[in-house]
Amino acid sequence: MAWRARGKLAPRAPALPASSGADGAATDRAAAERGDARSATTGIRLTGVTHRYVDVVAVERVDLAVPSGRRLAVVGPSGCGKSTLLGLISGLDEPDEGVVDVLGVTDPAGRLARCALMPQRDLLLPWRSALANAAVALENQGMPRRAARSAVRPLFDRFGLAGSEDRRPRQLSGGMRQRVAFLRTFVAGKEVLLLDEPFGALDAISRAEAQDWLRATLDAEPRTVLLVTHDVEEAVLLGHEVVVLTGRPGRVAARIAVDLPVAGSRRELLATAEFVGLRDAVLAALEQRAAEPPSAEPPSAVLSSVEPSSSDQQPSALSETGCP
Amino acid sequence: MPVTLRPAHRPSESGDTDRRRVLDRGAASRTLRPISRRIRRWVPPAVVLVVLAVAWELATDVFGVEAYILPAPSAVAHALVDRWDSTLASATWATLTEVVVGFAIAVGAGLLIACGLHFSRVARSALYPWLIGSQTVPVVVIAPILAIIFGYSLTPKLILVALLCFFPIVVATLDGLSVVDDDLKRMMRTLYGTRWSIFLRVEFPAALPSLFTGLRLSAAYASTAAVFGEYSGSSDGLGHVMRQAVPQLQSALVFAAIILLSAMSIALFILVTALERVLVGWAHERKSTTT
Repeated sequence: MAWRARGKLAPRAPALPASSGADGAATDRAAAERGDARSATTGIRLTGVTHRYVDVVAVERVDLAVPSGRRLAVVGPSGCGKSTLLGLISGLDEPDEGVVDVLGVTDPAGRLARCALMPQRDLLLPWRSALANAAVALENQGMPRRAARSAVRPLFDRFGLAGSEDRRPRQLSGGMRQRVAFLRTFVAGKEVLLLDEPFGALDAISRAEAQDWLRATLDAEPRTVLLVTHDVEEAVLLGHEVVVLTGRPGRVAARIAVDLPVAGSRRELLATAEFVGLRDAVLAALEQRAAEPPSAEPPSAVLSSVEPSSSDQQPSALSETGCP
Repeated sequence: MPVTLRPAHRPSESGDTDRRRVLDRGAASRTLRPISRRIRRWVPPAVVLVVLAVAWELATDVFGVEAYILPAPSAVAHALVDRWDSTLASATWATLTEVVVGFAIAVGAGLLIACGLHFSRVARSALYPWLIGSQTVPVVVIAPILAIIFGYSLTPKLILVALLCFFPIVVATLDGLSVVDDDLKRMMRTLYGTRWSIFLRVEFPAALPSLFTGLRLSAAYASTAAVFGEYSGSSDGLGHVMRQAVPQLQSALVFAAIILLSAMSIALFILVTALERVLVGWAHERKSTTT
């Protein structure tokens, strides 16, 4: 193998033919982390995390846990520190207080090696083709340009991007650009994906399409995902669990476990009692927060359950413990 | 309406949509169109040039202007041809060397300095004020001093050309390097991006359009700087020719040298623009298809 993964984790197996030859110890540990013990392993764990910008408290005493291979959606009003959380988890920033643990690693460099971030704007490089954009993480790892591109090419078909390999971002629609951006994040082979309002810039129809696509893709290729969004529907559709944050400073206001039935189409799924109940529970948590004065609640805030407010809700869908 | 307009049309060309609509009918005409458009773009300035030359020629003839005050275009053309072998050829070659080599030095030094300043905050705060300071020194004053130090050789001209040309390159490149989105750099760091790989794959390509703006400015300055250098002391070059011809009232020769000098500047400018088309085509291409 002419190149080696620079991070501690080898790129994940199915995506890249090159991953099989990465050095032994890392591969073993990575395999152990994502292997049979997945459900038991913690992917991301935040304990008492507080972060300030100058004198604005962005997030305060936040506790979160995402089991390995599961997806957590974080919903909250704008300015509640959702994006701050992603910066802290990824290792790009260090919290002022508290501990961030990603796959058992707490130092920033180690976290950075395990997380890939996908921002709201696609931030594709306009001078590169879609294929070259998707391959950028491999080139950063030292893989020769040609090899990186041919390693990524087979994925275009699987990601519904066949035929747009050689197009420049400017020639792609917004939905396609987000797919390329996700593919670029995915190709990095990181165990943890941090998605920051990935479809926030899309129109409603493209967004619905992109959500269904991402859901199917992540069901087929599970990763530990923390998704930040202000779209309640998106949170319920994509998360295995939804966490509601309060506005400024961001604190955890509610945790709602998501268990959706299998449905034929998106429309049918959105019409199920389970989905309607979950959406309403999230909306209720948001509404309750908005109605209260910010300092009324003591900042314990670790777990405050949401009382079912309408009769059609499924009590079983609500959980106080966070992780299902 | 037989054919609908394609969305790719630029608004500035909406004036000739009727002609366009006819051209749009066949695929063959579609491939021909860029060439005809390019020719059409050259026609108006060429017409202006011809009209001016004819008017000038007639004016000198009708009003009987002395040749040493304002030579007719025909006289200039004669000077250009008659003096080419004896004087102008070697002078053009000498000046061209100064312009091209000086410009190349400016590009190399400018890029190096800009990247150095981009990577080191200390270097930027220590050197940037002096860089601006270097531009406050008037070329007219420094040219004779350089001639005293280095004599009639090539060196003082190269220094002048490089000194005048490197500044726009440094400023434009630094500017281009620093406009890269912070979120983009953060995201790249999560994709194994190091300081160097982010520079190589993100910052430098992103700075190219700005860099070329600086290069085009510099290309316009280069020949002026070379002539200044030659005025202050030289044994050859177009500036030397002009300095010799003016006291002898050989105005036609002066004009011939000016024409050659302009042609040189324009050629350098076109060369830079062509290079830009190739390297930074992505910044200019239109949104052609939407899926």
